[in-house]
Amino acid sequence: MKYVDQMQIQKRMHTRLFANTLFKYIFLLSTLFGLIVLAILIFRVLSQGVSWLDFNFLTGRLSTDPGRAGIMGALLGTVWLMAVVIPVTLIIGIGTAIYLELYAKKGRINSFIQMNISNLAGVPSIVYGLLGLTVFVRAMDMGNIVLAGGLTLALLILPIVIVAAQEAIRAVPQHLSEASYGLGATKWQTVKNIIMPAALPGILTGSILALSRAIGETAPLTVLGIPALLIPFPEGIFDKFTVLPMQIYYWTLDSPLEAEYANLAAATIIVLLLLLFILNAVAVLIRNKFQKRY
Amino acid sequence: MTTKSESTKSNAINVRAAIEQKKQKKNLSYLIEKLIPTGLFLIATISILTTIGIIYTLLSETIEFFKQVPIMDFFTGTVLKPLSQNPEFGILPLINGTILSSFIAILVAGPIGIMTAVYLSEYASDKARRVLKPLLEILAGIPTIVYGFFAFTFVTPVLRYIIPDLEVTNILSPGLVMGVMIIPMIASLSEDALVSVPNSMREGALAMGATKLETTFRIVIPAAFSGIIASFVLAISRAIGETMIVTIASGSSKNFTFDVTQSMQTMTAYIVEVAGGEAAAGSTIYYSLYAVAMTLFVFTLLMNIFARFISRKFREEY
Repeated sequence: MKYVDQMQIQKRMHTRLFANTLFKYIFLLSTLFGLIVLAILIFRVLSQGVSWLDFNFLTGRLSTDPGRAGIMGALLGTVWLMAVVIPVTLIIGIGTAIYLELYAKKGRINSFIQMNISNLAGVPSIVYGLLGLTVFVRAMDMGNIVLAGGLTLALLILPIVIVAAQEAIRAVPQHLSEASYGLGATKWQTVKNIIMPAALPGILTGSILALSRAIGETAPLTVLGIPALLIPFPEGIFDKFTVLPMQIYYWTLDSPLEAEYANLAAATIIVLLLLLFILNAVAVLIRNKFQKRY
Repeated sequence: MTTKSESTKSNAINVRAAIEQKKQKKNLSYLIEKLIPTGLFLIATISILTTIGIIYTLLSETIEFFKQVPIMDFFTGTVLKPLSQNPEFGILPLINGTILSSFIAILVAGPIGIMTAVYLSEYASDKARRVLKPLLEILAGIPTIVYGFFAFTFVTPVLRYIIPDLEVTNILSPGLVMGVMIIPMIASLSEDALVSVPNSMREGALAMGATKLETTFRIVIPAAFSGIIASFVLAISRAIGETMIVTIASGSSKNFTFDVTQSMQTMTAYIVEVAGGEAAAGSTIYYSLYAVAMTLFVFTLLMNIFARFISRKFREEY
């Protein structure tokens, strides 16, 4: 006597196998969904903005007249902002990572700082904006200048840079530093001459990615009160400024008033995305070119 | 002879000088060795100072706010009219807008994110994965202001063809776009959880005659469940803190409604509106900024802690 009814199994097998193939394609479709939206977004932005991109747009000053408006001021603002963000985050980020990975004793203080950093990474960017408004703009009385915006964004991306630098330092194999100690090098000499050079590509890759986050960030800057129409170009870190995302924001908000503002916003988005794309390409290049495998 | 002795003499002096020099150098490097850890520690404390700064600024101004507006009115009030003659500060409309938009986002990103993760970890070939994953990462790298532009100038008009009642600014369109934004987050965190399920478990199920689909749903997903839930919680917390998409596409009406076709304001969008409006320092509306931000901060902090807690507590070790 048979315990298993072959007919029954045959019948169920059919639906089971069908569901198996069906879901394979459903899963594939969901994966493609995000990419399709991405393609629509990019196509939409390109078709709206590309005809507005020309030399005058890139080098012109802001204007209420869409035909004459340019984004040079916003580009310069982004550059000056980065001139504040890059040194501040690199020094603090790498310093903190070296301390946590190489100097701090494993214990309460270390794990407290570590937990604190991962909590900071989850704080909404707009809250950093309020911190910047309260501390840098108002309490230190800087006003809404490049320095205030740069420090705010630096604090925002600091957790990302710290974590990236920590991972890069951790990836440096132990035997390198042991060989250095074996030759009589002190701890700082080992850190400076052996560990940091080996960890640098990883740190740079992570920092560039964090930086591209700062370049695209808008929310904290809206809180600082960046002016909507700033005609003079910023000439240093103590000047008032605007950046590309803020320009996109104001033009998008005003697009119901004048349809051409939407095209200006789209053109600015193209410039911003190109900038981010170049940065990311550089980051990948550094990772592939300089990362040694031990 | 004399020349030789002179030369040894000068040599001796040189050696002595060299020793002195070496000592000084040693002292200097000794000093550096001592100072570096302290310096680095001071740098490391900046991250703690940031936290203290955030909590202190939020808390002190929030306390000031609650001196002017009773705390119960704030948390139970359904009317938010900060600019009227008789201002009312109820936060519920903002919480309502925040939760609704995040809910729509997770409705989109949850299923799609998990299915993407399943496809990448269980079905895709190595080659396909190497192409698809970086492409999905692009979605996560696009600035939120670009998504805001996309929601306002493309998604809303398209939706208005389908739902004619939809207002020009509404909570539906930014919710949907926010969903697309957090897909990569859920997908990559869930994929990590799925990949860490040991192969022996899959092979066991397959050997028993289960199909790949059955193995995925009955074995792999349950085993990775804590990680998947953690990815959901983190994604929701990200959606709650998201600012630009809702600020642009959802307008600034402080409606207290569940009708997603209407304009609503989230906590983040309120902060942008009030802070950008040059609220005079010291006014009640200025302090309300901090009370709302404090609520937002506590919301997201709790969710992040919760996500860490479940992924640690319920992680199944194999």
